[in-house]
Amino acid sequence: MACISPEGTLTESARKMLEAVQTPATPEEVAQSTGLPLFRVRSGLRELVQAGLVAETEGRYQITEAGQQKM
Amino acid sequence: MSDEVMETSKPVGLPRLNEPAPDFEAVTTHGVIRLSDYRGRWLILFSHPADFTPVCTTEFIAFAEIYPELQKRGVDLLGLSIDSVYSHIAWIRNIKEKTGVEIPFPIIADLNKEVPTLYGMIMPGESKTETSRCVFVIDPNGILRAMIYYPLTTGRNMQEILRLIDALQTSDAHKVATPANWKPGDKVIVPPPTTVEMAEERVKAGYECIDWYLCKKEL
Repeated sequence: MACISPEGTLTESARKMLEAVQTPATPEEVAQSTGLPLFRVRSGLRELVQAGLVAETEGRYQITEAGQQKM
Repeated sequence: MSDEVMETSKPVGLPRLNEPAPDFEAVTTHGVIRLSDYRGRWLILFSHPADFTPVCTTEFIAFAEIYPELQKRGVDLLGLSIDSVYSHIAWIRNIKEKTGVEIPFPIIADLNKEVPTLYGMIMPGESKTETSRCVFVIDPNGILRAMIYYPLTTGRNMQEILRLIDALQTSDAHKVATPANWKPGDKVIVPPPTTVEMAEERVKAGYECIDWYLCKKEL
């Protein structure tokens, strides 16, 4: 997993993405604000959604309560 | 007939130009990536025979060297071989340790040969367990635009890959074709006329023409 290590901790890129979705944002906006490549953002947000740390609504992503606690 | 012979004689599907590139989800050194994650960007998907092999190491260093130029053109790189992700990680760490070159792009770890099978990367006449040196250029709409296949013995020419990207992007931007050995700044080919009337008009249009069907212009 690229965002959550086997020990359950967040990687640096995951932290950047979670910071970037404190308010709803598209993957393109997250890529721009974090400096991460767009493919990494799309892949990472998908993983964070599966982990319940981010929620997606109509193409925009926002950190969840569980995501806030993980930070 | 043995299983081995049956396997090598099975027809291998190859992707086709100007059709959607086969979609996939794969484990890489940068996490699980889908082809669709690259939508909106150009992508060079390329395979190499194996980690920790000499020609492949020179190629990876060369791909890393052209990476900034590719990024300027909106192009991402994605490598692949039939190795584990642990092998990939060990190899790119070794390249950095021995040469100082950091590999900035992800590498697919495909021990199940799923992506190689989709893209026809395995040439059983060369090797049944390794991918050949394949290059697939996929445009921002996910359409396969170019393919290059090199044999195991022969490292790829990075300048040709850059030239190919420049040519494709120039053709798209200006609706032109590019002649043999074209490079940015050279004249381009005006699409040939498709009617007798257009042919008559073409030779009077002020282009540099050898004849009505071969006219060039500056961009």
